Amino acid sequence: MSLKKVLGVTTALSMLAVTGALAETLTIATVNNGDMIRMQKYTDDFTKKTGHDVEWVTLEENVLRQRVTTDITTRGGAFDIMTIGMYETPIWGKNGWLVPLNGLSAEYDVDDILPAMSGGLSYDGTLYAAPFYGESSMVMYRADLMKKAGMDMPEAPTWDFIRKAAAAMTDRANEINGICLRGKAGWGEGGAFITAMSNSFGARWFDEDWNAQFDTDEWANTLNFYKGMMEESGPPGYATNGFNENLSLFQQGKCGMWIDATVAASFVTNPNDSTVADKVGFALAPDNGLGKRSNWLWAWALAIPSGTQKEDAAKQFIEWATSKGYIELVAENEGWANVPPGARKSLYDNPNYKDVPFAKMTLDSILSADPNDSTVKPSPYVGIQFAAIPEFAGIATEVSQEFSAAYAGQQTVEEALEKAQAITDEAMEAAGYK
Amino acid sequence: MARDVTNNRKIINTAAAWAIGLLIFFPILWTILTSFKTEAQAINDPPLFLFFDWTLENYAVVQERSNYGRFLWNSIMIAGGSTVLGIIIAIPAAWSMAFVPSKRTKDILLWMLSTKMLPAVGVLYPIYLIFIQFGLLDSVLGLTVVLMLINLPIIVWMLYTYFREIPGEILEAARMDGASLSSEILYVLTPMAIPGIASTLLLNFILAWNEAFWTLNLTAAKAAPLTAFIASYSSPEGLFYAKLSAASTMAILPILILGWFSQKQLVRGLTFGAVK
Repeated sequence: MSLKKVLGVTTALSMLAVTGALAETLTIATVNNGDMIRMQKYTDDFTKKTGHDVEWVTLEENVLRQRVTTDITTRGGAFDIMTIGMYETPIWGKNGWLVPLNGLSAEYDVDDILPAMSGGLSYDGTLYAAPFYGESSMVMYRADLMKKAGMDMPEAPTWDFIRKAAAAMTDRANEINGICLRGKAGWGEGGAFITAMSNSFGARWFDEDWNAQFDTDEWANTLNFYKGMMEESGPPGYATNGFNENLSLFQQGKCGMWIDATVAASFVTNPNDSTVADKVGFALAPDNGLGKRSNWLWAWALAIPSGTQKEDAAKQFIEWATSKGYIELVAENEGWANVPPGARKSLYDNPNYKDVPFAKMTLDSILSADPNDSTVKPSPYVGIQFAAIPEFAGIATEVSQEFSAAYAGQQTVEEALEKAQAITDEAMEAAGYK
Repeated sequence: MARDVTNNRKIINTAAAWAIGLLIFFPILWTILTSFKTEAQAINDPPLFLFFDWTLENYAVVQERSNYGRFLWNSIMIAGGSTVLGIIIAIPAAWSMAFVPSKRTKDILLWMLSTKMLPAVGVLYPIYLIFIQFGLLDSVLGLTVVLMLINLPIIVWMLYTYFREIPGEILEAARMDGASLSSEILYVLTPMAIPGIASTLLLNFILAWNEAFWTLNLTAAKAAPLTAFIASYSSPEGLFYAKLSAASTMAILPILILGWFSQKQLVRGLTFGAVK
């Protein structure tokens, strides 16, 4: 063998060794929804570009939450990247459980992330999670039924209009319910909806001294309005309906209106799954003229738990998955309607995306939500459909159970609010807020 | 006349047994049927029973998205390992309780059973920390040990019940013939208790196969069994019922087949000692 050949083989072997030494296998915990599953399909593109492999742990949202919380609080190190939301990020960032996402490349263009998203995923001005997709909530309605009822949906309706329209669209004989809303217990289900709705009625969870506010007129008005409207025009058993139950009803043509996550727009307009795909219109979530709408803000984002041995590779993955390039990759293969929405400004400047029917309303909804100023009266917490404090998930789950019991007629609204007040005050006192 | 009454009763009893059996089996049947529907058909109202366009699309999607073989292998290793390990520990324990009981045997048996009443989540953090300390997170070995410990009270109780049916005189005779303790258990007691041991094995294998709390909380990518495979298709934001049903069918099929072939043993084991 000549010297040249020996040198060549040695160099090739060294390069392989170096590549092998740098190549990592990342374990990523994620949630089972359409956009995340799509991302898994394109992982090969990341592996091709960086040499790193990826192992996915896909779980149902509530299981995922419990699983990653256990792991991060014990520093278990089971995952290199975790999919978390706007609720966890500031709390975990404050506790030092997440790696700050500093030093992202210029090509990544961190300033392109929508301010509402980067604000909700930061603590003390530092970004701790990169948004994979973002969502707000809005009104999805049946344009044909609205027309039949002789009404026109404004772009920014009020709750009074929604109630009137719901009553006009209800046709019990044909199983059409004027409005479908979440009533299911759970802080992320009915709890999220009623909290966002209460903001538009002037209610808040806590005053500036962390006192519970369920004994106020604003909360009584919210619950009485919700229950009254649902009894007039909602589907039977609405107290146990969550996102999926309402999606199913809407897709089968049994709802005149549905106020829920903007991400639902792609489901209800998909002709393969929805019988009303070509009859859907969109509007902003309603308000009451008090300066706050009833839409929420949420993002599924990727974060790196502190203590991972694979921080650099994990950052590379996050840059890839939340980049403009990834959006283009999906658009190229699956069309612009299927790209992850709500995270980047540039997506909404893209002329191709402007043709997607729900794009503008999604952006308008996201832009009209401010987690740092979500209530009419001042409040001490960040968050729209939640208060970003560790105790909130537990308290709100119990409170939403009381509310659901009131919707189901097992107790009165007044009783539910009294219990909510007691539960919340007791928990806040025990947690040392008062 | 008397024969007519007996025949009528038999027919009624058979029909009632079938009706109850079908009622219990219906959720599984519905899951299997849904797995052959499209997502739109899966949520159709009124529900579609048999007359829909049958499709294998969901199975193709699940097969493409998940490494079913790895989940299946982990389930077999974890359920099989924990059951065998449990039996090895439980046979001597049940022997001592059945044949050489002490004053406190009944208390010990009740105490063992009482550990099953503790909500699993109550010990999640201590066990998680122990797993981190010993490097057992996301390992088949760690889960095998945990599931063995969880099912051990049931295994001991079942074996204790079977052993009590075996006359102690036979073991005494073996001892008189010079059998050592290990020979007595291995060559005399175990062969006589084979039906009981087999049904204990089967029941505990099924329990370990279906265990979903520890298997979800102590695994990530490497040791995740079929319970994690099912959990990956459940979603509160999106209607994926047909795919979830396909994944569920694939997960329960092996245990369904095993249960079908060994139902005689299972029923005999579960009703053993019930009637005297």
